[in-house]
Amino acid sequence: MTSPDWPLFEVFIRSRSGLEHKHVGSLHAVDARMALEHARDVYTRRLEGVSIWVARSSDIAASDPLDADAFFEPARDKVYRHPTFYAIPEEVKNL
Amino acid sequence: MSASAASAPSEDARLRYVLRLADTSLILGQRLAEWVGHAPALEEDLGLANIALDLIGQARLLLSYAAELEGRGRTEDELAFLRDAPQFLNLTLVEQPNGDFGRTLVRQLLVSAFQLELYEALKTCADARLAEIAAKALKETRYHVRYSASWVVRLGDGTAQSHARVQDALDELWPFTGELFAEDDVDAAMVAAGIAPRAAAVQARWSARIDAVLTEATLSRPADSVFPWHGKGGVHTEHLGYMLAEMQFLQRAYPGAEW
Repeated sequence: MTSPDWPLFEVFIRSRSGLEHKHVGSLHAVDARMALEHARDVYTRRLEGVSIWVARSSDIAASDPLDADAFFEPARDKVYRHPTFYAIPEEVKNL
Repeated sequence: MSASAASAPSEDARLRYVLRLADTSLILGQRLAEWVGHAPALEEDLGLANIALDLIGQARLLLSYAAELEGRGRTEDELAFLRDAPQFLNLTLVEQPNGDFGRTLVRQLLVSAFQLELYEALKTCADARLAEIAAKALKETRYHVRYSASWVVRLGDGTAQSHARVQDALDELWPFTGELFAEDDVDAAMVAAGIAPRAAAVQARWSARIDAVLTEATLSRPADSVFPWHGKGGVHTEHLGYMLAEMQFLQRAYPGAEW
């Protein structure tokens, strides 16, 4: 359907109650402006968000699944990195 | 006769004015819906369908109001599905066939830019009901203008072929824009009542907006022609009858059908 020369964009939406933009999917568009309009039409039809980011998929650098062991395994046995040993004060929100 | 009574429009003028707004949105929405499943990309399919739904939503609010003004117990559905072409008061421009994608977007820009100025003025008009509807429709229309203007610029300032096709579409559709600004008795009565804006004021702002888009799109503005169309008076091109035949088929074949 979509012309193959339309590049792919990744879409990030911030919901009304959300604090950060979350990845929701991807779409095709010729440029960033069109990608924003498409994202509005495709991903916010049911009031999903109040802000949209789009980025060309080709501009996103991703880790290689083959590197997963080297990247992520070393963290597995370092439980002390989780801040679960601290009492969190009431006043601290959104931690 | 008091001053306020002198400036109040006849109920018939108000009804016809509201029907013009309603039918223009309804018929354009129906036209755009023809693209569903046929647009050049899935994303555009949804984009056009969204605009169609906005327009049909506007038409519903306006037709409900028209039904109340009429006071004959008809509903919005009866007005949409059981009137014949001569009773439809939409602008002739909106019933013109979709043609290719570029032509559809040229038509959309010409109409949406007009609705934008109209709703902007109606938002603060003397008719509270109309003002409410205009305020809601205005937000939708701002997006319609943005969407259609982006495409007209992209195609006009695109390849030699896309440029030629949208220029052709513009040349063919331009003669229908005369009707947008041709004030008749109904318009004059509504202007006098402090409801409708002056056509000349709307035209000046519409023209400036269209010129800015055409310049960016490297398209040339066609010369204005003598306007022979009067869709808002119920005199239509042959295209409307075919549209209504399809749109009204179900209610005509199975009166009162619901689901």
